[in-house]
Amino acid sequence: MTTPVLDVRGLTFAYPDGTRALTGVDLHVHRGERVALLGPNGAGKTTLVLHLNGILGGDAGSGVGSVEVSGMPVRQDTLPEIRRRVGIVFQDPDDQLFMPTVRDDVAFGPANLGLRGADLETRVGEALAVVGMTAYADRPPHHLSFGQRRRVAVATVLAMRPEILVLDEPSSNLDPASRRELAEIVLGLDVTVLMVTHDLPYALQLCERSVILSEGRIVADAPTREVLGDAALMGAHRLELPFGFDPAATR
Amino acid sequence: MGADHGHALHYHGHSVIHRLPAHLKIVSALAFVLLVVATPREATWPYAVHLAALLLAIRAARVPAAYLMKRLVVEVPFVVFAALLPFVATGPRTNLLGVSVSQPGLVAAWALLAKGTLGVLTALLLAATTEPRDLLAGLTRLRLPGQLVEIMGFMVRYVEVVAGELRRMSIARTSRGFDARSPRHWPVLARSLGTLFVRSYERGERVHLAMLSRGYAGSLPALDVVAVRRTEVMAAAALPAVAAIAALWGVVGR
Repeated sequence: MTTPVLDVRGLTFAYPDGTRALTGVDLHVHRGERVALLGPNGAGKTTLVLHLNGILGGDAGSGVGSVEVSGMPVRQDTLPEIRRRVGIVFQDPDDQLFMPTVRDDVAFGPANLGLRGADLETRVGEALAVVGMTAYADRPPHHLSFGQRRRVAVATVLAMRPEILVLDEPSSNLDPASRRELAEIVLGLDVTVLMVTHDLPYALQLCERSVILSEGRIVADAPTREVLGDAALMGAHRLELPFGFDPAATR
Repeated sequence: MGADHGHALHYHGHSVIHRLPAHLKIVSALAFVLLVVATPREATWPYAVHLAALLLAIRAARVPAAYLMKRLVVEVPFVVFAALLPFVATGPRTNLLGVSVSQPGLVAAWALLAKGTLGVLTALLLAATTEPRDLLAGLTRLRLPGQLVEIMGFMVRYVEVVAGELRRMSIARTSRGFDARSPRHWPVLARSLGTLFVRSYERGERVHLAMLSRGYAGSLPALDVVAVRRTEVMAAAALPAVAAIAALWGVVGR
């Protein structure tokens, strides 16, 4: 097989206070896949995500195991390139958008990569067009609706042309229309996606494959429809389908 | 909310003044205010010249007078203080409309009022004609240390987020029957502020994480380069130049 975009091997991590967050996590994501990362609160999903671009772990962490992105190990000296390859969209867009205008914010990532002038403008223009926010380029982020801010947050990461897009709870706090619009954007992207979510219908709609992380371990890795249909597995890891939702009834 | 674009103090427009590079406007406004403050307070006519020059600038910016007048309200505490001065100050007394007031107090009140109003108007004009983003870029071009500019930028960005958080906390308190009128309730307010501080601090950490994830390496990239034309420099210099003449007149004519 080809080199996976994301190759996590035996990742174990404990926070400085001793809390064990990850225990021997193995996860491989190949080019073009869309994978949902499911799991109850406190399962270690965010901890895992922060390892993917070396915010946690790497040289500095108190853990073992390795993370490779398209064959490049996450190490102190590879961090700039790793952070280009792994685009993380955080849950609260107010944490992600901090520049005075939408345009500046989308330019922040590529500018850190050294782009300037026309190249930079092209990147910003492309990213904003993909999420349908071109008309808002000169607005300050705090004057946008929540759904619009989330879309801009996606654009800020797309502008770095990542190899894998990591979405942390992309549908949280969105109204149904914004939720659907974001799904259409994600489905239209030609990029590998890892999506952390509690929104199981969203996982089924967007991701063909699902991984369940529970108490720091990967306990399931299978097609999403199979995972959601396994009542015993779901029940054992505090996962529940919303009332009235039947994965077998969709398509 | 003011104009759709920027900040509550910004008045959207495309006048000559709006289009001037921000750093020239900042220097011009600062120089003007310094010259106003340096004008001897016994003078009267130089202040009229200052005001006339500023009004011309406001006219050129096409910012409505009513818009600025409303925002002049921030000056009210100083006006009250100025109005008290003639009554509480010591020194030789004089008669004003049949009331005995202090002569030095009267002069001090006039100076405070004149300098204060001119200063506030200048700041309002600068804010009305310059987007916050451009102000920050202007300060960067004036070689203000990057960290200071970044702190200001974060303040502009997050002041509404933090204010929103404070508002929600206050609504939640009120919903549970809290009424902050008696001093006995001050500890509750203090704890709310403490909570707000902790939350903002944690948000700061999350923002920093998000910045690192996008390759932040210690300084914000400077995004735009502005070419300054000589006519623009002259336009920006006009206001302080007039003020300099008026101030000189005030000093010499004493």
